[in-house]
Amino acid sequence: MTAYNTNEMMTVAASRRLKNGAVCFVGIGLPSKAANLARLTTSPDVVLIYESGPIGCKPSVLPLSIGDGELAETADTVVPTGEIFRYWLQGGRIDIGFLGAAQVDRFGNINTTVIGDYNQPKVRLPGAGGAPEIAGSAKEVLIILKQSHRTFVDKLSFITSVGHGDGGDHRQRLGLPGAGPMAIITDLCIMEPEEGTREFVVTSLHPGITREQVVENTGWKIRFADNVAETEAPKPEELEALRALEARTAAAHGQAGGEE
Amino acid sequence: MSKIISLAEAIDRYVNDGDSIALEGFTHLIPTAASHEIIRQNKQDLTLIRMTPDLVYDLLIGAGCAKKLIFSWGGNPGVGSLHRLRDAVEKGWPKPLEIEEHSHADLANAYIAGASNLPFAVLRAYAGSDLPKVNPLIKSVTCPFTGEELAAVPSVRPDVTVIHAQKADRKGNVLLWGILGVQKEAALAAKRCIVTVEEIVDDLEAPMNSCVLPQWALTAVCHVPGGAHPSYALGYTERDNRFYQSWDPIARDRETFSAWIDEYIRGTADFGEFQAKLAAPQEGK
Repeated sequence: MTAYNTNEMMTVAASRRLKNGAVCFVGIGLPSKAANLARLTTSPDVVLIYESGPIGCKPSVLPLSIGDGELAETADTVVPTGEIFRYWLQGGRIDIGFLGAAQVDRFGNINTTVIGDYNQPKVRLPGAGGAPEIAGSAKEVLIILKQSHRTFVDKLSFITSVGHGDGGDHRQRLGLPGAGPMAIITDLCIMEPEEGTREFVVTSLHPGITREQVVENTGWKIRFADNVAETEAPKPEELEALRALEARTAAAHGQAGGEE
Repeated sequence: MSKIISLAEAIDRYVNDGDSIALEGFTHLIPTAASHEIIRQNKQDLTLIRMTPDLVYDLLIGAGCAKKLIFSWGGNPGVGSLHRLRDAVEKGWPKPLEIEEHSHADLANAYIAGASNLPFAVLRAYAGSDLPKVNPLIKSVTCPFTGEELAAVPSVRPDVTVIHAQKADRKGNVLLWGILGVQKEAALAAKRCIVTVEEIVDDLEAPMNSCVLPQWALTAVCHVPGGAHPSYALGYTERDNRFYQSWDPIARDRETFSAWIDEYIRGTADFGEFQAKLAAPQEGK
């Protein structure tokens, strides 16, 4: 077996969640890296849509910004940003919204706005971007981010984009069209919403990762599913495709892309 | 009267202290040269509107031109924070900055509503999000046909919009292509619209259905090659990723930033001189 690091495991695990042919609204950074890995490995017909306007992107290198020329030039079509949000997202044509986050809570709610008080912020984060409506309207949502006490928090300072709200049937009560986040993929594990409560519980540990490590790196009392699987280690072809993608990106941009 | 004038003349004539202005361009075609000229002419108390403030507004905020920012995502793409924006919001430097925060879908819809001469936009948004709690302008309406509760947000109707495009013809008709963002909507939503272009040609040779802004819908057109730097103009220039990275240490520190603005913006006569100055030390290395 080829040696790999936990970031590679995270990206590979996330890429496997994108079924061939799925229409995926892709956030920049880690989601974009995993989505393009899926396209280059298991799911060649996955449709990648970025909020800047390109639909059906097939970039050979990872974009550094959400509107790189590479995205436009490899797309099936490029439409105005308003159309992306109105016809394609709100129109109900997105299967998977693939998001990163600064922080998440146990219900998969996302904060990308502020840490501390909104008017007296401790840390001012970039803000919403396209995420609130992606989180609301995509049929399903996947979240990818590295796990730590700072990122997996008990209580968010601010809910930018809703996950399962307060849990249970909160999404239905809010009238949201999409089913919400179906997995959080981290460098340690995969979490999925528990039946009924919709609280995220660990359903798969990456190889070599212990429950204690997950507990230590989660800001709430994380629970484990009755049956916790072991994530399949990255296959040589997955690692090869990922590393080649990163190498092409570094050669083109002088930086790796996908790390924020 | 020719629409084609210098950028300095366009900013002088059409941007006033206290105006609301939208310098649009979604990662692509960001009208940076116009922001430089606004700083040179020391325009004040501007309300800045833009989905992604990007470096173009980090500049204007740090230079003290802004009193308010209307936006939906304020980072340095692929790099990190906009330090001048953060310093203004967190510490009030160089002056307090009022912020009005939306999502991308909201602002894109708000520009469309502005261009459509409507007072507000309606969209399915924000349920479960805290943004309406901190932005009282995000309200809701009930659909008169189905009873569905939907988000309502005020339309965006800037005093001035500035965009950058690839080509204009000699009359001032403008053609742009690639990632279009909300540029057309922002142009048509504004009372006045200035367009900077890479090239002025005899014939646009625009394919049918392409994005052309007719000269009679624009206020001024200015020839500013490379004016979108460090963003790009598809077919003309590449995104200067290294500049986006090098902006981080420049903007991180107030003194470094102020020195940079004094040397590179206030210390140059126009965008051409700025470009020459920016290129010079790199050649020396």
